[in-house]
Amino acid sequence: MNIPSDLKYTASHEWVRVEGDGTVTVGITDHAQDLLGDMVFVENPAAGRKLKAGEECAVVESVKAASDVYAPIAGEVVDANSDVEASPELINQDAYGAWMFRIKPDNAADVDALLDAAGYKAQVESEAH
Amino acid sequence: MLIADLSRPGRNNASQAPAAVAVNDLPAHLLRKSAPDLPQVSEMDAVRHYTRLSQKNFSIDTHFYPLGSCTMKYNPRAANALAMLPQFLGRHPSADAATGQGVLACLYELQEMLKDVTGMAGVSLTPMAGAHGEFAGVAMIRAYHDARGDAARTEILVPDAAHGTNPATAVMCGYSVREIPTNREGDVDIEALKAAVGPHTAGLMLTNPSTLGVFEKQIQAIQQVVHEAGGLTYYDGANLNAILGRVKPGDMGFDVIHMNLHKTFSTPHGGGGPGAGPVGVSERLLPFMPIPVVGKAGDSYRWLDEKDIPQSIGRMSAHMGNLGVLLRAYVYARLLGRDGMHRVAEFATLNANYLMAELRKAGFEVAYPTRRASHEFIVSLKKLRDETGISAMDVAKRLLDKGFHAPTTYFPLLVPECLLIEPTETESRETLDRFVDALKEILHEARTDAELVKGAPYSTPVRRLDDVKAARELDLTWRMVGR
Repeated sequence: MNIPSDLKYTASHEWVRVEGDGTVTVGITDHAQDLLGDMVFVENPAAGRKLKAGEECAVVESVKAASDVYAPIAGEVVDANSDVEASPELINQDAYGAWMFRIKPDNAADVDALLDAAGYKAQVESEAH
Repeated sequence: MLIADLSRPGRNNASQAPAAVAVNDLPAHLLRKSAPDLPQVSEMDAVRHYTRLSQKNFSIDTHFYPLGSCTMKYNPRAANALAMLPQFLGRHPSADAATGQGVLACLYELQEMLKDVTGMAGVSLTPMAGAHGEFAGVAMIRAYHDARGDAARTEILVPDAAHGTNPATAVMCGYSVREIPTNREGDVDIEALKAAVGPHTAGLMLTNPSTLGVFEKQIQAIQQVVHEAGGLTYYDGANLNAILGRVKPGDMGFDVIHMNLHKTFSTPHGGGGPGAGPVGVSERLLPFMPIPVVGKAGDSYRWLDEKDIPQSIGRMSAHMGNLGVLLRAYVYARLLGRDGMHRVAEFATLNANYLMAELRKAGFEVAYPTRRASHEFIVSLKKLRDETGISAMDVAKRLLDKGFHAPTTYFPLLVPECLLIEPTETESRETLDRFVDALKEILHEARTDAELVKGAPYSTPVRRLDDVKAARELDLTWRMVGR
């Protein structure tokens, strides 16, 4: 299972990376893309949108299912990756390279409460049976 | 090949062409100057073309079709023959009720039979599909709360195992959706439900048996939690076949239900229609039923409309719903009778449990091994995929080569690499055994010749389709001009 140790995670299968400028980058995990299968559609939140933690803010759709993506923490959307909207298969090819959107957190410390790699691995394994 | 490709100029059927009619009541500028660009083919070419197309069909008339949640059972020819009587076909929907007492009597009796078999206080036949019925049902929940001035109820609860139409319906009716998790046994997580209800709860939408193929054991507790919070409960009739005539949604305490007549009452479906999604309601929702409903006074029948049901949510269709489907369902119900309906549920569940037991013996992993199947069950191929790389989709495609329609794949989403298998009551044990044999063969192939399975299907008119391209570049039109 591909779960990089330098990222944070949510139980709803988003990954989160803290950037040098204090913003956080969000995508969906390799496990999530594997479950969903071939991606056909991605809809990102618009820049400027204020998000509450846990709010549905993006959609990924595969040949199997459409799935909501949730805001891992509260904040304002500062950027969205138009490349994954144009080429959703990028998420299948490299889930951790194909980021979806960036948030400027309301409270930078919120990231600390997210799962670490070991916590996310345990979460995935508990779902497997 | 499209019929347009067979077209040759002048190769038309003069003998079958309608006589030229002088059109003189349309303004000249609206009349076309040339004939429409229709295919020009001989009668024989047309017959061969459409006969060939029909032979490419994978249908319940040709193959076992265990498509979970879709209830692809045999459609009795008698229902078709009677619904096609010229007196039904030739009747104009706006014709006076006095000249249509026969058809109204059929619809009235269908309403009564559906009330009886579901235990509801009233039934309206007008919704024209399952999702249409869901919309009518949740619109009635909304009308009920609105009529009481209870505007704080803004949320519909939906278990995560539900069909996607449930949250979609709630949103279409202006509600927000809260998802309720499922526990390991496949039941609604009752503690999560208790935590979710409150003065904001408009209702709960529930399928029972659920899409996981198990009967919700705590249905009474669920009803109590939602009703005590002031919410109403909605029964999604997707899986009614499992309990038909044995357990009534009304007895389970539901306030509103929809039935898929095209599933449970065996009218032809597949390819998107036509359907019929009648709704049944409890006493307190009677004032809100969609119109028209057939009423009976003495020996005569008439349409009840907004004068009779002034708080109705309104009309769901131009006239009385899909009459042809309703008539087929009526004949089916009359052919079965009350005892026959009992046997539908018995044999539907017996067939599912037999198939589940045989597949477990053959080494397949079922998703909820501690539970008895309802009319359908889930096999998870996750271990097979981990072991061989063969996915549920590969197995589904290979089944086509073996002469079986594939089960539902990748639904419900809660179970990875799943096949949802619903044999229905109309299949024989021999057919079920052949299906088990085919799956055993595929299991063997997956372990010995994985590439063979990955390349399937080989015997169908088209091979493996490009799902991604189809989803991204959906194009359903064929343009004659500019080819």
